[in-house]
Parts: sequence; C-alpha cells; structure tokens
Amino acid sequence: MSQFTLNLIFIGLSFAVYIGIAIYARAGSTAEFYAANRGVHPVMNGMATAADWMSAASFISMAGLIAFTGYDNSTYLMGWTGGYVLLAMLLAPYLRKFGKFTVPEFIGDRFYSGTARIIGVICLLIISITYVIGQMTGVGVTFSRYLEVSNSTGLWIGAAIVFVYAVLGGMKGITYTQVAQYIVLIIAYTIPAVFIALQLTGNVLPQTGLFGSLNNGSGKFLATLDKVVTDLGFNSYTGHHKSTLDMVLFTLALMIGTAGLPHVIIRFFTVPKVSDARLSAGWALVFIALLYTVAPAVGSMSRFNLTTTMWPGAATGETFSQPAVSLDQIQNDPDKAWMRNWQVTGLLNWEDKNGDGLIQYYNDTATTGPAAEMAASQNLQGNELTTVNNDIMVLANPEIANLPGWVIAIVAAGGLAAALSTAAGLLLAISGAVSHDLIKGAINPAISEKGELLAARISMGVSILVATLLGLNPPGFAAQTVALAFGLAASSIFPVLMMGIFSKRVNKQGAIWGMLAGILSTLLYIFTYKGWFFISGTNMLEDTAANWLFGISPASFGTIGALINFGVAYLVSNATEEPPIEVQELVESIRVPRGAGDAVAH
Amino acid sequence: MSDRTSSNAYWQANLRIIWICLAIWALVSYGFAIILRPLLSGIRIGGTDLGFWFAQQGAILVFIVLIFFYAARMNKLDRDHGVDE
Repeated sequence: MSQFTLNLIFIGLSFAVYIGIAIYARAGSTAEFYAANRGVHPVMNGMATAADWMSAASFISMAGLIAFTGYDNSTYLMGWTGGYVLLAMLLAPYLRKFGKFTVPEFIGDRFYSGTARIIGVICLLIISITYVIGQMTGVGVTFSRYLEVSNSTGLWIGAAIVFVYAVLGGMKGITYTQVAQYIVLIIAYTIPAVFIALQLTGNVLPQTGLFGSLNNGSGKFLATLDKVVTDLGFNSYTGHHKSTLDMVLFTLALMIGTAGLPHVIIRFFTVPKVSDARLSAGWALVFIALLYTVAPAVGSMSRFNLTTTMWPGAATGETFSQPAVSLDQIQNDPDKAWMRNWQVTGLLNWEDKNGDGLIQYYNDTATTGPAAEMAASQNLQGNELTTVNNDIMVLANPEIANLPGWVIAIVAAGGLAAALSTAAGLLLAISGAVSHDLIKGAINPAISEKGELLAARISMGVSILVATLLGLNPPGFAAQTVALAFGLAASSIFPVLMMGIFSKRVNKQGAIWGMLAGILSTLLYIFTYKGWFFISGTNMLEDTAANWLFGISPASFGTIGALINFGVAYLVSNATEEPPIEVQELVESIRVPRGAGDAVAH
Repeated sequence: MSDRTSSNAYWQANLRIIWICLAIWALVSYGFAIILRPLLSGIRIGGTDLGFWFAQQGAILVFIVLIFFYAARMNKLDRDHGVDE
C-alpha cells in the first residue's frame, strides 16, 4: 500500500469519528451551544482544553523552533504552559462563579458599561480572527502536503470540514470532538518520539532520553549534540545566547497571553462547579505537558538526526572523522528518500557549490573554529544545505528515522487534528461574541433564542469564509499572526479580567481606558516593525534587535502593553468615582464559590 | 456582619496561598530557568546543567504540582469557611 493511501485512510478515519461525534452531540439550546450545558467532567474538559489550546503551532512548529535554537527557545515551553497557573488561580474559578457565557459579558457587567463590553468584543474579535487565519493556513499546508493537492484546494477542504462540525455541534459537539482529537494528536506526537528515543538512547521515555546517554557509547546525548553543533560553527544547543530581558518578557507575554485568550477562558465556563474550574486547569496542563515535555526531545533528536544524516561521523561526536554525505547518496539511497520528498515542497534544498560531490552542512558565517578550518581545507564556497525550514522537523522526523509508513500517516492525522480543533474553538468564541454580546447585548436585545442560535451559526460561517480567504493569500502571516494574537490578549483581556476580580476600586473609566491603552500601544509597536496590518513594506523601522526599544522584540511587547493597561486603569480609576455598591457586591460574590449552580442566561 | 468577616478572612487566606504559589511559579521559570541559571550551572544533570532542565522540563512539572496543590488547598479552605458547593 502506498504512503498516500495510508495517509488517506488514517485522515479519513479520524475525520469520520470527529464528524460523527459532532452530529451525535448536536446542540439544541443556546446554553448547550455555548457551554455544553455545564455537564462536562474536569478530566474531559481538561483534554478538550488541551486540544483546543495546542494548535498547528504547538504540534508542527514548536519542536522545530527548539531544534534550531536550543535552550533560548525554552521560552515557548514555559510560556505556553505557565499561563495555566495564572488561569487556575487568578481567573477561572471566579469567572465560572460569575456564571455567564462569554468574556465580554463579564467585562460589561463588572464594569457596568455597554461601552466596556463592546471594546471587549472588539479585542476578542481581533485576537481570535488573527489566530484563526494562522490555523487555516496551517490546515491548508498540511492537507496539501498529505493529500497531494494544491494549497488552495487543501484549504477549502479544511474549511468545509471545520464548518460542518463547528456549526452543527456548538460547544457540546466541539468538546467531545476535541477529546477525540486530543487522543489522536498525542498518540501521533508520542509514537515517533518513543521510537527515536529508543534508537538513540535506549530510553523508552523521550523525557528521560533527552538527558540520557547515546547507545553508541559516545557519552551523554546533550553533551554530544553540543559538541557536534559547535564543531559545525553553530551556537551551542544548551547555551544561553539571547538577551535575558527579552527572554523574560517574551515568556511572560506568552503566559499572560494564554490566560487572556478568550477561547481558552470560555472552556472554564463549561464545568459544573467552581472547584472543577480549578481542577480543569490542572488537568488541561497535565494533558498539555504530555506533549510539551516530549517536544524538547523531538526537537533535539531531530536536530541530531539531521546532523548525522549530513555528517555520518557526528553520530559518535567526531563530526569530521568521516566525509560529509555525498550527492550520490542523497539522490539514490533509500534511507535518504525523505530528503528527496521534502525537496519537492521547496522547504528543504541543497547545492554542491564547490563541485566536490559532497554536501557539507555548516555555519558559513563562523570565521574561526573547526567549521572554518574544515571549510578552508575542503575549499568550500558556503553552506551546501541551502534550505532547511524549521517547520518540517516534526513532520519529517519519522521519515528521517526510517519509521514505518503507518507512523507517518498517524503524524499526518495528528497535525490536522491540532489545527482543526483550535480553529473550531476559536470560531466558537467568535460566534459567541458576535451573536451574544454584539447582537443580543447591544443591537437587538429582544432576539429569540432560535434567532440567537442562527446568528451564532451565521457568524461562524462568515468567520470561516473570511479566515479562508485571508488564508489563501497570507500576507507573510504565520508566526507573526500568532505573536500578535498573544500580545493582544496579554495587553487587553487578561489585565481587565484580573482587575475586575481582585480590585473593587477599578471602575468603568479605568477599564475602558486601560484596555484601549494596552491594545493600541501593543498594536502600534508591532505594526511599527511588522508593517501596518502586516502588509510588508509598510513598516516604519526595520525589524532587527538594534532597532527595538530597549531590545524588546515585537512579540514580547504584550507584557509592556499589559503593564500600561494596569497602570492606566489604576490612575484613571483613582481619579474618578468608586464603582456603585451593587458592583462591589458582585465582586464579593464571585470571590466565594458557594451558589455557583444557578448560572443564568439573562 | 459575621458573614462579611468570615468571607474577608476567606479571601485573605486565598490571597496568601496565591502569593506563595506565584512566588514558586516565578522562581522556577524566570528564576532557575533564566536569570539564576548561571548560579545553578555547577549542578550537572544529563550532560547539561540544572537550569536547562528547569527550562525544558522542570518548570512545567512544577506548574502542574502548583495547580493541584492550589486546588486541594482551596477545597479545604472552602469547607473550613463553609463556602463550598
């Protein structure tokens, strides 16, 4: 059976399961549509949250980022997990006690202001739509790679599938579908990692393999990896090379961004009790950690395997003890077939610049050290592995390690599960904001339950269409989009929610001006370096560390935006009147768990 | 007003637990894994140093423990103050 048929079978089977669940669990009422009737067990909810949270970026991209940078990109690992501590302690239990359906609803009630609610809706829409465009792009790329269709065809197939189960199912359908998707994606991520950890270190667990010793007796895996990459002129894998300040701010922006993402927060409205909201955050992190503690092993081992493919001597740490891989081997050896497959996509490429029949992979900007000496003695004209896209590492990993075809097919299904589950969760947050907060909350409060449900489904359909159209011609998006979504969530939603719970003094003026100051300063900073609305060429300053204010990268600025939000809200609130007494009583009541059962729809 | 005093004591106790947890949260991630990593570089683990382990695994494991610790302490606190569900 060909690899293509295998991929098709695995992807088709997993999709049949998702759509079947969505149809079986079809939502009947608005309450079910938004919050699954509050009947979801914390472990189930944790699993669904994990699937919701781990997108194509976590599944496909993150390990590759770690692979080529090493220690410095640990910020992703800590940043995308540490936010759950903040959620469990600072937001989730109180928002569940509040007992409404959406984030803007809380903002509107706590700050007794329709304006605050509308600003909340706008922040939420900007965050979710930018995020969903990135997901749809990921869906398109993965579909086209594995179904061997064009990128735009892949994108439309993906859009149709998201539409079917998100629009029909609502939260209840999505919750159980996402449980299934979590199971698919975690199996897909773990199986190749276990195989590779066994091959390299003899450890079954990738987590211990990372810190274990190589099977071939050449010492600790990480020590060998460090030696091999520095021999080739690259930065050491475990060393600290980036600015400490920027690492701290970037990690913090990802953490508070996580805690401010509306589609993650909305999850904690769906548990039966306040104490379950705390537990749900814990279970979500357990299920996320199953992938996040495997990711550094996947990253480092794929880097090692790539390097030993290029330099067979590197397997024992003596990189230059054997000649580099030859052009003939790459073009003909069966175990190098993955290189030829990926060359077709344009994401991997090589060129024998000096015509010696060998492909030497090294850092050609290093002027001293073993790599420079080797380059001089072999008369090299530059690095001959000309293109290695970070994003191919996870998908190519099983092929690099020569794992069987069914493992590759599972990885394909897992990557799609990751992208689709996040897209669906985001669409639900968007449709809730439009139908519940915008239409029912502001434009037409008399709308019937049926009308509201219809509006929710129409807004989902429109969002999918917009995201797909933008995904067809992404204006250089992907990583920037994700960074913007996190920075914006960090600078707008998180501070206003936290102050609404932990301060009785912050009033409506404080919340409104705080949100505006936070989100606008962050947008301004990002657009200055990335171009207005991400249109390339319209940036006012070049996006390099030398231009950044105090060396703070645009992706890290969400932390500063959050501080601005807190500061402005505090000052404005203290200069204006106290919130009314009934609002202060509302704050008192959300701080205690008792009485959370009586959730109301208005 | 005994209700009000009790709920105030409950809230203060909650805040104290949050402060302790967040101090540990910051110490393992921003501390051990980034800023204090040079101080821990003498402690070797699996071919690298303890700070690297915290950055790539340790911090995540501590985060999980913190959330379950917090959830358990709060359940007890809820019962002690009679505000459980």
